[in-house]
Amino acid sequence: MLRLPPFRYLAPRDVEQAVHMLAQEGDEAMLVAGGTDLYPNMKRRQFTPPVLIGLRAIQSMKIIGGSPEQGMRISAGVTLSTLANHPLIQRYYPALATAADSVSTPQLRNMGTIGGNLLLDTRCNYYNQTEFWRHSIGYCMKKDGDVCLVAPGSPRCWAISSADTAPVLVSLGAQVRLVSERDERVLPVRELFRDDGMNPYTIDRDELLTDILLPPANGWRSAYLKLRRRGSFDFPILGVAVALRFNDDKTIAEARLILGAVASHPVEANEAAAQLLHQPLTRELIDAVAVSAAKRAKPLDNADLTINYRKQVTPVFVRRALEQLM
Amino acid sequence: MSKRQSLSEPVVPVSHSAYKVVGTRRPKVDAYAKVTGRAIYADDIMLPRMVYGRLLRSPHAHARILFIDASRALALPGVMAVITGVDLPRKYGILPSSQDEYALAIDKVRYAGDPVAAVAALDPDILEEALKLIHVEYEILPAVMSIDEALAHPENKINDEARIGNIHKAVSYEFGEVEAGFAAADYVREDWFYYEGNNHAPIEEHACVASWEPNPADPVGGKLTLWSSTQTPHYVHREVSKVLNLPPSHVRVIAPNVGGGFGGKSDPFSHEMCACELSRRIGRPVKITCTREEVFLNHRGRHPVKMWIKTGVKRDGTLTAMHFRSFLDGGAYGSYGIASTYYTGALQTVTYTLPAYKFEGMRLFTNKPPCGPKRGHGTTQPRFAVEAHLDKISCDLGIDPVELRRRNLIEPYTHAVNGLRITSCALSECLDAVVERSGWHEFHAAFPSGKSALSGNVTGKTEDVASRRGMGIAASSYICGAGKPIYWNDLPHSAVQIRLDRGGGVTVYCGATDIGQGSTSVLAYIVAEELGIQPEHIHLETADTTLTPVDLGSYSSRVTFMAGNAAIAAARKLKEQLFEVASEHLRAPVEQLQAAEGLIYNENDPGGTLPFAQAIELAEARFGALVSSGSYAPPEDIHGDYKGAGVGPSPAYSYSTCVAQVLVDIETGEVVVEKLWMAHDGGQSINPLLVAGQVEGGAYMGYGEAVMEQQVFRKGRHKIPSLLDYKLPTTLDTPEIETILIEIPDLEGPFGAKEAGQGPLNPVIPAIANAVYDAIGVRIDEVPITPDKILKALKAEATTTRASARLQVLPVEAPSPWPTRLIKWQPASMDGVRIAPIQGNGDGRIPGAPSSAIAKGEVR
Amino acid sequence: MRELITLRVNGESREIAVLPHHTLLEVLREDLGLIGTKHGCELGECGACTVLINGLPVLSCLVLPVEVQESEITTIEGVEINGKLHPLQETFAELGAAQCGYCTPGILLSGVALLRDHPQPTRAQMQEALAGNLCRCTGYTKIYEAVEAAAQRMVQHGGAK
Repeated sequence: MLRLPPFRYLAPRDVEQAVHMLAQEGDEAMLVAGGTDLYPNMKRRQFTPPVLIGLRAIQSMKIIGGSPEQGMRISAGVTLSTLANHPLIQRYYPALATAADSVSTPQLRNMGTIGGNLLLDTRCNYYNQTEFWRHSIGYCMKKDGDVCLVAPGSPRCWAISSADTAPVLVSLGAQVRLVSERDERVLPVRELFRDDGMNPYTIDRDELLTDILLPPANGWRSAYLKLRRRGSFDFPILGVAVALRFNDDKTIAEARLILGAVASHPVEANEAAAQLLHQPLTRELIDAVAVSAAKRAKPLDNADLTINYRKQVTPVFVRRALEQLM
Repeated sequence: MSKRQSLSEPVVPVSHSAYKVVGTRRPKVDAYAKVTGRAIYADDIMLPRMVYGRLLRSPHAHARILFIDASRALALPGVMAVITGVDLPRKYGILPSSQDEYALAIDKVRYAGDPVAAVAALDPDILEEALKLIHVEYEILPAVMSIDEALAHPENKINDEARIGNIHKAVSYEFGEVEAGFAAADYVREDWFYYEGNNHAPIEEHACVASWEPNPADPVGGKLTLWSSTQTPHYVHREVSKVLNLPPSHVRVIAPNVGGGFGGKSDPFSHEMCACELSRRIGRPVKITCTREEVFLNHRGRHPVKMWIKTGVKRDGTLTAMHFRSFLDGGAYGSYGIASTYYTGALQTVTYTLPAYKFEGMRLFTNKPPCGPKRGHGTTQPRFAVEAHLDKISCDLGIDPVELRRRNLIEPYTHAVNGLRITSCALSECLDAVVERSGWHEFHAAFPSGKSALSGNVTGKTEDVASRRGMGIAASSYICGAGKPIYWNDLPHSAVQIRLDRGGGVTVYCGATDIGQGSTSVLAYIVAEELGIQPEHIHLETADTTLTPVDLGSYSSRVTFMAGNAAIAAARKLKEQLFEVASEHLRAPVEQLQAAEGLIYNENDPGGTLPFAQAIELAEARFGALVSSGSYAPPEDIHGDYKGAGVGPSPAYSYSTCVAQVLVDIETGEVVVEKLWMAHDGGQSINPLLVAGQVEGGAYMGYGEAVMEQQVFRKGRHKIPSLLDYKLPTTLDTPEIETILIEIPDLEGPFGAKEAGQGPLNPVIPAIANAVYDAIGVRIDEVPITPDKILKALKAEATTTRASARLQVLPVEAPSPWPTRLIKWQPASMDGVRIAPIQGNGDGRIPGAPSSAIAKGEVR
Repeated sequence: MRELITLRVNGESREIAVLPHHTLLEVLREDLGLIGTKHGCELGECGACTVLINGLPVLSCLVLPVEVQESEITTIEGVEINGKLHPLQETFAELGAAQCGYCTPGILLSGVALLRDHPQPTRAQMQEALAGNLCRCTGYTKIYEAVEAAAQRMVQHGGAK
């Protein structure tokens, strides 16, 4: 039986207490919400924090507020199942509901939170292995080693951003609120990421992600399409998030096209998205955009199925995601 | 078509009306324990003073052990004992011919995961730290990770069991005149296939608790009890005794409820040996529970096999000869591998009539976890190859695949060309059943086979322009228990004892091990049927080497057939005694007595009854304590007389067919298996509910193997040793399964029953492969059929016209000459001779003499 | 350092001293003797350890007892009441939905939650609700049949529990 390493567990009752503890405990402490990402990683000894600050008891972090007209606020502690089943989210931000609903399994969605999913540790099949396995192969740079085992010649870590909701939130133009004892700031979700598998988030060690702020939904339509082997459990090996705002004449006013699980961060296919502007969404246009968007996908051999395969189906998935908005 | 009339009736046919229990749908005897959480599995056992153990495993695929220093681990507070290879220096292995494992590696390690040390500690939390403190110095050796590498590098010898290089076992047989058979053919085709290995992945991880009870008055020093999640307590008993150097009389092995096995818990394992030795050293119970990763490293799963087949046929599709070669990637140790090697060749002759057959098989050692038996043991890979190959031949000849198969079906009550005795066989009925239920002919009339990827959209929905639907078929056969025991001897394969108590209690004792298939329930149903009581009335003691008589174990689909016959024999002895006293009490001749519903009565005088409990009292007064035993061993004359003829024979064979309907997305290569139609000839069902459950479970597992499951390696390590990355089908993936049971009683099976646990898996994989071809017009000759392979094959098909350039499975450079002497065997004395079936151990109630009339009897 | 906590399990209050890093799975099985909750991976990848927390199926291998002190925890042992089985337990037994029985407790708990939310579930709803529980024996067919039969039985008898 795989077991957790020992730690002290702190249970703040509110955000103020949480950020205070975070400041007090220093760099070694880790935050845990649903635990569905952190605990398996800890059982594999990818993390052995001496202190965990659990967020489950903070009631103010479990709220979905606002309106589609004004924009909505989703607290980071809202579970993925609550989010996926929320009628306003389903109706006005359908890609987000789809993405949340596609995460793992019903049990994991009842536990896992939107904040936790957004800040999912990057994944790699040389890294998400037990301590025994990683020791056996000599460890990788993301934990205890010196090289990237996927690309040994490369100076960086190529672990993959594998959160279903991340590309969607970028495509929706969402923002996050980050609170620390010293400060509070609001950041576009797209600025949350860094192209580095080892340190994939720009969030500071003493900051707590408290809310996700969705912009007004008016006129936007969105879709999310996920590639994986099975109908549940699996992380995406490709995620395509598209959000389009249409003019009255059915031409496209704004477009965002984001690829998930193809790099260490959600990849914005901006050139491809720009091709969509000022035009109606036709099959020909979709085909062209799909091909150019797919060029941004540079998968490596550290996830399920082959690199070639994942490359080959990227334009198909982009096309099909866009077709959902026709 | 009268035979098929009832096929439109309920899927599970009604049973023989004369039976009260047999043939009825009813809960398993342990069902309520299992649905309430009361059923105890190995890891649920918590004994007073119990401590926890864990294995240190090799990080290297191939290395020499230079030295091991455990002193720092021993110094860690809470650590109670550490053992290494020298502490258990006796070799073991499931087969007498492959005694090549140590509980803990001594000289060298042969795969990443090979156990090298074991620790016992008070608290499971410190085990990980303790293992890290054991220092092992290795000298790394080159690792051999595939069939081709094993052949190319004989100098990198892995295992001394291999006589030449890394060739563990090579076999070579010719039955009949193969060259003459090919000469007589109008068409000859050759193909290469590859079947990737896969793991059983039972949801319960292997676990055991060992408890040594010292007894200074005993010269042996004490007794050992081991509770383990094993399918084969008898063989574990045998090997633990050997490795711990204890007389078998002082070792007790108990299998509690087992959370799935599928062949993966059929070997004696290192963790069992180590728990026993640790317990002996510290005098306290020791539990070792494997992690999921360790389950993948214990493995003993499906061998990766490369296969080459050459088949000759007449213009009308009649087979004239087959030459089959298999190359098995065995992993680092023998396990059941010699048997697996034979099994890749032995049963080709049992499904279709082959006038001449040549088989060459070879198992290679590689630096991977050992392969062994998984549901369908050794026959699953060749079944895929043969059925896909025959499908290609049917396309080449322009014959409907069903028709091609029909023209070659083995006949009941014959001998196959390799000497195997075939008795009951309802393959023809199975074929008819799936063809009719699936609407095979209607489907193919509506959608002519997709010879081209451009065959058009068949779904009628515009958003599905990339979808192609196809239907494929396959047939297979499987043994109902191995005809020979693992250790060749004259002892029974299965024995049952029954004790009757004067209060009316009935206790059945049998070594058979219920791994979820329902073997314990089967014992209860059979004894209940014989004694005329309810199965729920019976107490059952099973899978305990001290309490229960030997049953060899839950492998080779042997338990219903063998333990079932032993149970009948034991019950009938008691019934005779009960009827003797009842005859006097009721003043009726024994021949007129019946036992049913807890009463013994005169069938001609329903008023005269003797309650079962009272009959026991009368009988006990007459005969003394009422205990009986029955045993079973398969008949002797069921195979040829050549060396190696011991693998393949069985007292009966089950037959199965499958039609698969698939939807393939030609842009993404994704395959949706929409439905599987399964027909299974398992003889008379003892409980049709459980038989259907086995068929459905086999269909599910076959589906997983066909499209997603694969145990693959990278840089010398298991690439994906977790249930996230090793893909088990979920509810959202698994196809709809329709099951049709063809219940024609077998003359030797208990009440006419045959097996259902393994056979139904086999046709599923080729049926899906053939359906994929039917959908997209391109063959995938390698299992699993994953989306990347489909896209690659479609692309190759579109860009090259040369078939050779599209070869998906690279041929093995086989040693020439084949490194073993060819054994030629002529079945002349048996050719065409129909067998007179023996009416021995099975149920005597089947009416009429053995004849083709019964074999071809009504499908009920 | 052990911490004294109170867990509400199957309607009973249990005061126990736990190490904070021991998961609910470990505490249920090893401290409370509730061995009906099984495990097949301990990483959230199989569903065998499913329990209900306030009625929702979650994985006990990824929950800490300290996190659920104020919640109602239901294990398989709490699905029956005073020896009377839930209709789903009855139909699982009657219709062969439990073979080796190892995934069964987890599946039953997911099933109980499903029937509460959807008293007459469709096959698609069953597949969604049970998508986090791997079964290696049944091919899921008999499980669906048992859920359907239990749904029918509960409607006929005005619902259980």
